[in-house]
Formats: sequence, structure tokens, C-alpha cells
Amino acid sequence: MPINSFLGVFAKSPLKPLEDHINLVDKCSKGLLPFFQAVYAQDWKTAQETQKNISQLEKQADVIKRELRISLPVGIFMPIQRQDVLDLLTQQDKIANKAKDISGRILGRQLVIPVELQDSFMTYLKRCLDATNQATKVINELDDLLETGFKGRELRLVEDMIERLDEIEDDTDTIQISLRRSLLALEKDLNPVDVMFLYSIIEWVGELADISERVGSRLELMLAN
Amino acid sequence: MDIINNYGFVLIVVAAAVGFLMAWGIGANDVANAMGTSVGSKALTIKQAILIAMVFEFAGAYLAGGEVTSTIRKGIIDASYFVDTPELLVYGMISALFAAGVWLAFASYLGWPVSTTHSIVGAIVGFAAVGVSSDAVAWGKVGGIVGSWIITPAISGFIAFLIFQSAQKLIFDTDKPFANAKRYVPFYMGLAGFVMALVTIKKGLKHVGLDIPADQGYYIAIGIAVLVGIVGRWFISRIKLDANAQKDMQFANVEKVFAVLMIVTACCMAFAHGSNDVANAIGPLAAVVSIVESGGEIGKKAALVWWILPLGGIGIVAGLALFGHRVIATIGNGITHLTPSRGFAAELAAACTVVIASGTGLPISTTQTLVGAVLGVGMARGIAALNLGVVRNIVISWVITLPAGAGLSIIFFFMIKGIFAP
Repeated sequence: MPINSFLGVFAKSPLKPLEDHINLVDKCSKGLLPFFQAVYAQDWKTAQETQKNISQLEKQADVIKRELRISLPVGIFMPIQRQDVLDLLTQQDKIANKAKDISGRILGRQLVIPVELQDSFMTYLKRCLDATNQATKVINELDDLLETGFKGRELRLVEDMIERLDEIEDDTDTIQISLRRSLLALEKDLNPVDVMFLYSIIEWVGELADISERVGSRLELMLAN
Repeated sequence: MDIINNYGFVLIVVAAAVGFLMAWGIGANDVANAMGTSVGSKALTIKQAILIAMVFEFAGAYLAGGEVTSTIRKGIIDASYFVDTPELLVYGMISALFAAGVWLAFASYLGWPVSTTHSIVGAIVGFAAVGVSSDAVAWGKVGGIVGSWIITPAISGFIAFLIFQSAQKLIFDTDKPFANAKRYVPFYMGLAGFVMALVTIKKGLKHVGLDIPADQGYYIAIGIAVLVGIVGRWFISRIKLDANAQKDMQFANVEKVFAVLMIVTACCMAFAHGSNDVANAIGPLAAVVSIVESGGEIGKKAALVWWILPLGGIGIVAGLALFGHRVIATIGNGITHLTPSRGFAAELAAACTVVIASGTGLPISTTQTLVGAVLGVGMARGIAALNLGVVRNIVISWVITLPAGAGLSIIFFFMIKGIFAP
């Protein structure tokens, strides 16, 4: 037993690290904004720096993820299901991974976004990051949810937030469709391999919103238990 | 008989010394644990906690501490076995104190939150069963103690659950948690004051020579409760709303209100602890003194000699002030997600349980009630995480406390007997 084992009764709470983790993830995905600005300007040096920053944040998030996984042994009694916490963490982590992948892929190929697409792509990216941001906000409510014993007014508030997250995700889907259509119109003038990669980048950026939505729905499931 | 007459003073001095050791151990380990939740939730600083503990432990010991003494002294062993050989009872009580003190020191060193009550009970049972006769032990009472491993945490857990749930309903789960906190928290303070006052009046004040009739006692307790509530309300009204509380979440501010309440419950806890656990140190000591002073006669109910209670109180306070701060400091850094509102539910429940038990004369353990209360708050989904592995270890340490205390006291008993034997 550790020194002063009575206090050992209080295990390390999983909620705080969960919040820390998504805050880092959010910061990491927000790194895509300056990254794409650099890409638009074809300033590959700055792009490389911002990409490095993104991947560093992703690594920090990984550290929290690992610590949280280790610090949640079976014998811990929590107000929420253990498996739910781990699932939520995994989803959160995927956002950071995706942001890193997007920036890495673009940088690796020095992929240029066609000028005609740049504006609508930026709107699209921002909307997807809105989703991530909303997911972050929702997770940051966990503290207050705990305070109210996961029910009542606070629960409704969080459910509303999750609903808004779903709406944002719907938005990104619509933008994605129109973005694809614009790309289709430009296709014949572009390098076919680039076009393939552009499609997958558009899809990946969309996944930022998809996964964020999944974070929200995981939380919803968690609250339903 | 000769031994008591010849060595009476030496025996009293030895008993007082080991009694002080025992009280010291209680202060260093148990009290520090009891104050832990307040410090952990940052409602109190370590200095404040020590100060509160000093004042209220002593008050509890002095004002409400007399009742449990007789349970330990008379309930567990049958005094009639010692009528012809009172010196055996004297040796036994000294060795019991010594054994419990040593066990407590050992357990504290390892960080085990063992029950001081059960170490002394185990020790008394040990020397009585082996040194005298196993018939001298009231085994039914010992069985009751084993039962208390389950019952005490269950009671305090249940109370904690209720308190936490009521706070949820009245304060947290409402549209205006801050306003509601201001409105209702004084009532919780009043409740704490009421329980404390009632036990003091009903059980404790006899020792200082006051005897208040029952119905009058209730009125006084209600009066004190109201007074505590009003003072609490005044303190709460001085809390300023944080600027960024304009959003619909106000829980940070609500916690500030609870931090004020936490101070009251910390006082309550210290008081309860003093009233219950001082008896562990002074009960056997009082037995020794009364036997020696009466020249070997084991009286039915010996009056406490005036210096015994203060000795126990000072021992506890000294143990806490000189040793406790280390334990409390580790606590202060160790706890995560224990906010004032949750800590308060656990502490108030534990205090209520101890105070009630102290009133009815049950030898329960403060550590057990706290563990039970923490579990209760956890069950009410209040604490973010509990380590059940540690809970299991704590329960195991409770179980081994009885045999460990018994074993040590048997050894010491034969040693002391050998020293004084003619």
C-alpha cells in the first residue's frame, strides 16, 4: 500500500486528463489553419514548421492518452463506465492523428490547393474545426456534469451542445459535396494524381468533423448509462 | 494486592506515559486522516486545519468524550474475573495501551489507516483471553465489533449518500445553483451544529458538572444550530460572485459557498473524533488509575480523575501538531477531484455517524466511518473515481488490527507481569 493509504481511496480522476487531452487535440487540429495558409502561399518552410508543431501537439496528446489508459485499472470505481472513458479517449485521439496525417500528406507531396478551390476549402476547414471545437466544449462540461451527478439541467445543456455538434457536422457534409463538385469541374486541367490526393484530403478534413461528432455521440451513450 | 499498594504510583506513571503515547499516535495518524478531505479539497490550508483540529479535538474530548470509556473498560472484559487479582487488570491495561500504541506507530509508518479503536479492543481482548481466561472476554461484544466493520461504513455511507443527494436536488440541479447554495447551505451548517450540540449536551456535559434535562437539551441544541446557521449565512453573504460566472454555469462559485460549509464540517469532524477516540487512550488509563487509587478494588463505575481527559486531549493535539502536518501535506497533493461539496458530504456524514455512535457508546472507528462516507459519496456519483483496490486493502488492515493488537498485548502482558512479579 502506498504511504497514507486512506487517501489512496481517491483514485486519480479520469475526467481531468480527458479534458486536458481534448484541449490538446483541439489545439493540434487548429494548427491546420496556419498550415493551410502557408500552403496557399506555397511557403513550404513555414508549412513545415507548422506541421512540426501539429505533430508535436499530437505527441503530447499521446502521452496523456497513455497515462490515462495506465491509470485506469479495473479496480477503480467511477461514476462513468470505464470502457466508455477509454472509447471516448480513443475517438479524441483520432482527431489529432487525422490532423497530423492531413498536414503530413500535404507537406510530403507539396500538394497545391487550386486557387479556385481555396476560398471554399478554407470555409470547409473552418467549419470542420468548429465541430472539433464544439466537441472540446462538450468534453469540458464533464466537470460540471460530475457536479450534478450526471442528471438534470446540466445534462440537458450538454445534450443540447451535442445536438449543435451534429448540426455542424451536417453543415460540413453539405460543404463537402459542393467542394467535390467544384473539384470535378476542375479535374481535367489538373494532374490526375494530385486530384486523387485532393479528394482524399477533402475527405480527411471532413473526418475531423465526423470523429468530433462521434466524440459527442460516445458521450451521449455514456450519459445514457 | 501488595503490588498495587507498593508500586501504585509507578504503575500510574507508566500507564499515563503509554496512554500519552497512544494519544500521540491517534493524533498523528487518525486526526490527520480526518482532516484530510478538507485540506484535499482546498477548503482549508494545512495551518488552519491543524488549528481547527487542535481546538475541536480537545473540545470534543473534554465535552463529549466520557461515554465510550465505560464501554471499552467494562463491556469487553468481565471485571469479576479480576476481583482477586486486580494487579493483573492493571498490567493488562498498561500492556494493552502499549500494544495499541506500538501497533499504531507501526501502521502509521507503513501508511495503514488502521482503527485505533480496534487496536485497543484487540489488545484488551488479547491479554484477557490468554493472560487470564478466555471466559473473561465478552465474546458477544467482540462479535459486535467485527460486525461494525460492515455496519459502520454502511451507516455513514448511507448518510453521506443522502446528504449528497439532497445537495444535488436543492442546489446543483437547479437553475440558480449559486442563489440556492446561499439559501440552503446555512441549513446544512445548522444540521452540523445541531448534532454536535446535542451530543455535547446529552452525553458530555455531565463530566464538567452540568446536567441539563433532555427536553431543555433539545431546545439548546436547536438554538445553537440556528446560531451556527446565522453566522454561516453571514460568512456566505460575503462571498463575491466571480465575474465570469455570467454564463449559466456557476458551480465554481457554489463551491466557494461549500468551502465555508466545509470549515464547519471540519470542526464537526474534529469534535466528533475527539469525543470518540480520546476514549481509546484514556479508557484503559482510567481503569488503571481507579484500581490503584482504590487500593485494588475494581469499582462498578469509577469516576474519571480530573487529569486524565486533558492528558488524552493534549496527547492527540501534540501528535497532530508535531507529526500530523506531514500526513496532511501528502493528502493535500494526493487527491484529485475532491471538491468542497463532495468533501463536505463525506465529512458531515462521517461526523454525524461518529457523534451518534459516541452518544450510544458504540466503539466505532473514525477511519471506518470516513471510508464508508467516501464510498457513499462515490456511489452517489459524486467523486470522480475511487480506488476499490485500496478500499480492499484498508478493510484487510482493519481485520488484521484485532489479532495484531492482541498478539502484541499478550507479549507485553507477560513481560510486565514478569517485571512486577514478586
